[in-house]
Amino acid sequence: MIPGSKHIWKKYAIAMIWLLVLLWPLLGIHADGTLTFSETWSVWIWIAGVLLGLLMLVLAHRSSTSRMVRAPVAIAMEKINRLGKVMPGKVWMVLIISVSLLFPFLTDRYAQDVAINVLVYVCLGLGLNIVVGLAGMLDLGYIAFYGVGAYTYALLSIHYQFSFWLSLPIAACFAAIAGCIIGYPTLRMRGDYLAIVTLGFGEIVRIILNNWMELTNGPNGILGINAPGLMLPQFSNGIGFEYIYLKKLHYLYYIVLLLCVFTVIAVHRLNFSRIGRAWEAIREDETVAELMGVNIFRLKLLAYAMGAVFGGLAGAFFAARMRFVSPESFTFIESAMVLAMVVLGGMGSIPGIILGAMALIVLPELFREVELYRMLAFGAAMTVMMLFRPKGLIPAKRVGTRSEEREG
Amino acid sequence: MSQLLLQKISVQFGGLLALSQVEFELGSGEIVGLIGPNGAGKTTVFNVITGVYRTSEGDVVLSGGSILGKRPYEIFDLGVARTFQNIRLFSNMTAVENAMVALHCRSRIGVIGSILRTRSQRKEERQIREKSREALAFMGLEKYSDTIAHNLPYGLQRRLEISRALASGPKILLLDEPAAGMNPSESMALMEDIARIADLGITILLVEHDMKVVMGVCRRLIVIDHGVKIAEGKPVEIRKNPMVIEAYLGQPAE
Repeated sequence: MIPGSKHIWKKYAIAMIWLLVLLWPLLGIHADGTLTFSETWSVWIWIAGVLLGLLMLVLAHRSSTSRMVRAPVAIAMEKINRLGKVMPGKVWMVLIISVSLLFPFLTDRYAQDVAINVLVYVCLGLGLNIVVGLAGMLDLGYIAFYGVGAYTYALLSIHYQFSFWLSLPIAACFAAIAGCIIGYPTLRMRGDYLAIVTLGFGEIVRIILNNWMELTNGPNGILGINAPGLMLPQFSNGIGFEYIYLKKLHYLYYIVLLLCVFTVIAVHRLNFSRIGRAWEAIREDETVAELMGVNIFRLKLLAYAMGAVFGGLAGAFFAARMRFVSPESFTFIESAMVLAMVVLGGMGSIPGIILGAMALIVLPELFREVELYRMLAFGAAMTVMMLFRPKGLIPAKRVGTRSEEREG
Repeated sequence: MSQLLLQKISVQFGGLLALSQVEFELGSGEIVGLIGPNGAGKTTVFNVITGVYRTSEGDVVLSGGSILGKRPYEIFDLGVARTFQNIRLFSNMTAVENAMVALHCRSRIGVIGSILRTRSQRKEERQIREKSREALAFMGLEKYSDTIAHNLPYGLQRRLEISRALASGPKILLLDEPAAGMNPSESMALMEDIARIADLGITILLVEHDMKVVMGVCRRLIVIDHGVKIAEGKPVEIRKNPMVIEAYLGQPAE
């Protein structure tokens, strides 16, 4: 018995013929003019076979013949859900905190390096989330603030030997000022226009970094940035203090973890304050928000500035960790990655963005196995996720709805 | 003393004169109806009062001070709240949050206070929530305070819009067709609510097509047609006014 309608099979056949027409010239015509067919056929049969299998699965799913499979899955899911209810949130918190604290002791350098990357991007994602997820303004140039933060610390460190900790607030301030400069002219814009202008500003910052030779050393970047340091008590000859640079990877991991925890708490609290509410009102309906007493210009500017602050903090850490900055780290693709994390994870949702950052950093690492097809697999994974979870991995929950959520 | 005074207001969109020399006055605690055929300029009057449109002529005076040229949020802060012809709630936020947004201008804690979650921040937040719940309760929405706005049935969304406007404690409430789409029993309840709001001492300007509602609650009516005020007076007088009848029904056949 063949499930599904004739229509679907006809579409499948047309698609496969189309694929063959596209495939053969690419694989079968060689530079020296010879024509071959064997390679084309083998690739084509593979693709057709896999797609046939997927199609059968989808059809089975639709005609609910797969109930035999689904029933036990549903039961298992329910059990997991019940377990989730038995284990209160605090248990999860303790679990997450202890795992993240013990992480450097359980893993090798490579895993720590990836983890640091994830945490930096969590900070960036949460910062961008203020602009995109809460205030609802599409920002395609967010990485500029990361760049401003990174160069601020880099320059303060090599010219004035500022310590990392002192530079953090300064980098945040500079990024916030940059946020206001970028935000001010865009206040009256909405939607697509805003996206294009922010895209332009992101590029402007990168080009300035690239061309202002005297200040930034242009494309050569800045070398010799100090690692974060700490005054540590020293007992070897009497009691004294020694300034130690924390260059080791697990120290850096703890520093960025601290930064990340601060960002999570700050963004969470801002979200659930009168300011966060006003941002969300602007996202929902800007005109009405203004008519309901929200000073939209000031709050949009504040959203840019606050988003930039967290970008700037992450940037300062980035400079301290790499001990080298160059404009190459702040290209458009980075902005797109951060935006993808926010959208993929679920706009406005903090756990979602953390998961999104993990997914977008860890997945490409996992796909290193299939080196050549890495970006392809990555793209496919993202497409599938957006198809099945268009509101993100963990969609944001509204403030007061936790108990009554089920009726929606 | 007059609460709100419109002096010779004219509004021009390109070559179109949307309002021409419109003048009226609202006394404190009054319920006044603003009626007129479709496209007469009723919503334009609202947009002028709330600062959405700029006037080309005239002045708007609120409790003695001009509010002309002020931004909409400043005018709201001064005590003019409104609802909308087509419901415009913050639809992905809960009912109580919708009302809480209206209290944004009545609260002061900034970024630092919010991040540190200071004692005064928590106190202020509690007050905002309490006041918002009171506003919801006033319109009979206390059960729905944690429901997402767009999940509310239509009639309740209309009520939520009014609660949101009331939450900030306005002096003047502008209602833009609050009974639109309501069934007779719902609009009866709405009439009672409007009377209760006026009892709080809030001045109400009501734009409405449902004449039963208008005649039922308003002490005074203002009629505009093609951007010009054509009549003003008690409902009984307006009903008999030949200009008004003409505006609504056209000229009588010879």
